[in-house]
Amino acid sequence: MSNEEIVYKKSPSMMERETHYCPGCTHGVVHKLIAESLDELGVEDAIVVAPVGCAVLIYDYMKLDGVEAAHGRAPAVATGIKRVLSDKIVISYQGDGDLLAIGLGETIHAANRGENITVIFVNNAIYGMTGGQMAPTTMPGQKTTTSQSGRMADDVGLPIRACELINTLEKPVYIERVSCHNGANILKAKKAIKKALLNQKEGKGYSFVEVLATCPTNWGLTPKKAYDWLEDTMIPYYPLGNFRDQEV
Amino acid sequence: MSDKILMKGNEAAAEAAIIAGCRYYFGYPITPQNEIPEYMSKRLPEVGGTFIQAESETAAINMVFGASSTGARSMTSSSSPGISLKQEGISYLAAAQLPCVVINVSRGGPGLGNIAGSQGDYFQSTRGGGHGDYRTIVLAPYNCQELADLTLEAFDLADEYRMVVLILADGFLGQMSEPVVLPEPSGKKFNKDWAVGIGRKNKVASLILSPEDGLTKHNYVLKEVYDKVETEVRKYEEYMLDDADYLLCAYGSSARICKQAITELRNKGIKVGYFRPITLWPFPYDELLNASKGKKKILTVEMSLGQMVEDVKLAVNGSIPVDFYGIPGGMIPTPEAIIERVESYE
Repeated sequence: MSNEEIVYKKSPSMMERETHYCPGCTHGVVHKLIAESLDELGVEDAIVVAPVGCAVLIYDYMKLDGVEAAHGRAPAVATGIKRVLSDKIVISYQGDGDLLAIGLGETIHAANRGENITVIFVNNAIYGMTGGQMAPTTMPGQKTTTSQSGRMADDVGLPIRACELINTLEKPVYIERVSCHNGANILKAKKAIKKALLNQKEGKGYSFVEVLATCPTNWGLTPKKAYDWLEDTMIPYYPLGNFRDQEV
Repeated sequence: MSDKILMKGNEAAAEAAIIAGCRYYFGYPITPQNEIPEYMSKRLPEVGGTFIQAESETAAINMVFGASSTGARSMTSSSSPGISLKQEGISYLAAAQLPCVVINVSRGGPGLGNIAGSQGDYFQSTRGGGHGDYRTIVLAPYNCQELADLTLEAFDLADEYRMVVLILADGFLGQMSEPVVLPEPSGKKFNKDWAVGIGRKNKVASLILSPEDGLTKHNYVLKEVYDKVETEVRKYEEYMLDDADYLLCAYGSSARICKQAITELRNKGIKVGYFRPITLWPFPYDELLNASKGKKKILTVEMSLGQMVEDVKLAVNGSIPVDFYGIPGGMIPTPEAIIERVESYE
């Protein structure tokens, strides 16, 4: 027994309960990465702002303070919290409809002010909780319940690239796009999320991590095929990598 | 603090908020309330507070949501079209039982309307402009002094009942200058163990999906608070009603005009007084009913097509006739018009 060591354990910041997420959905992975990062940074009193969307109950899965925002308003709510509690880690966790459609104004302006918060943007190219409608990040030709013949660029335009958009602003200190469709990428995603949280802890300013994610249920794919679709379809349009790291 | 200072209504409200301990203001420019954000942008940094000119009214009220969820005193202000945009946030604040103060320096509507004072937002204020079963406390000042006093008190009411308190002023009140004695803080302390950031792993949320009757139960929790407020918070003023034959009912700027009309009518030998609701929600129904006993008629005067008149009718429930005189669109009722109407009753 004495030669055995624990190499992996569940993050103490995660609750002891099952999530409501579908098989193959990557929200749970992103939650875990946030929890592990907070553990490793020694943060026990973070405040997570939940979005409207599948992750609305994120505060039920993590041992954190939670504030639930109206749809798209998470960066404004996070701003209000952080301006009062400047010593607390404040995380705005948002989906694609939340961040790029209804909340685009809040997204851009929180970034432009350089609020010292961390935004985790889960991009799964669809509205999950409402049943699979077209999102601002839905891929060209992708079938959704409101683009039943596939997204047509002539009619509704092309998907919006969040990192590139935010990268036009001066104030953000860290912008990175990662994916969590396989182990290697999950490790990279963890690194980016941890860095984004560390930046906030050190008072550096606004950090933005976009995580490419799956929604097998609304994509109509098995989990495995969903991971493949993400790699084959999303990554070519949404290139992975760091867009800004003020230290570099 | 007992000296009289000549202040604009908007500035008096802003300073009163600072006296009340409000250190977080989030707003967006719109006439005729701009002096509030302008004043806050200068004063809040002086007292260690935070001012943010938000990207929209929607963002501003949600910044208030965030600040309020920490237990800090925070506020926003706007004018009618901007208050419409804040309704989403107000509904969420009400659901999450977060205290805050919202000042509406109202203007003519609907739509973009105009920038003159108006009382067309009574329905929006008292019936809940946002969605769902909720209430906000609504305070209606009629001069700059009361605007300052009620703003200060609004923060205590908000904290005591964990509710949104709306100050319904109007553009005339916001823009006029009057001598004001700045109010003293009450010094009351409130338990805020529900706030985030105090080491309790608290949740501030409004979504209740389970159990099946979870939201129903929450609705009843809110109702219990509202019932308490209806019993405990009723403000109104009675003026020259004892011997009056006719009762004028008006709030805010309209009440000031009624006061002038009352003086002139009494000079003509017509006995008239007024009942001025100060809390528009809870509306002082019983008090108005009592005040109306023995009177011949009520004339409700508003700067609108007639909104509060519905509450006046509910209060007296057909026991005496209720007439209405009002003018919408940012115009002011004249004392002459009120006098003429009352004289027609003789």
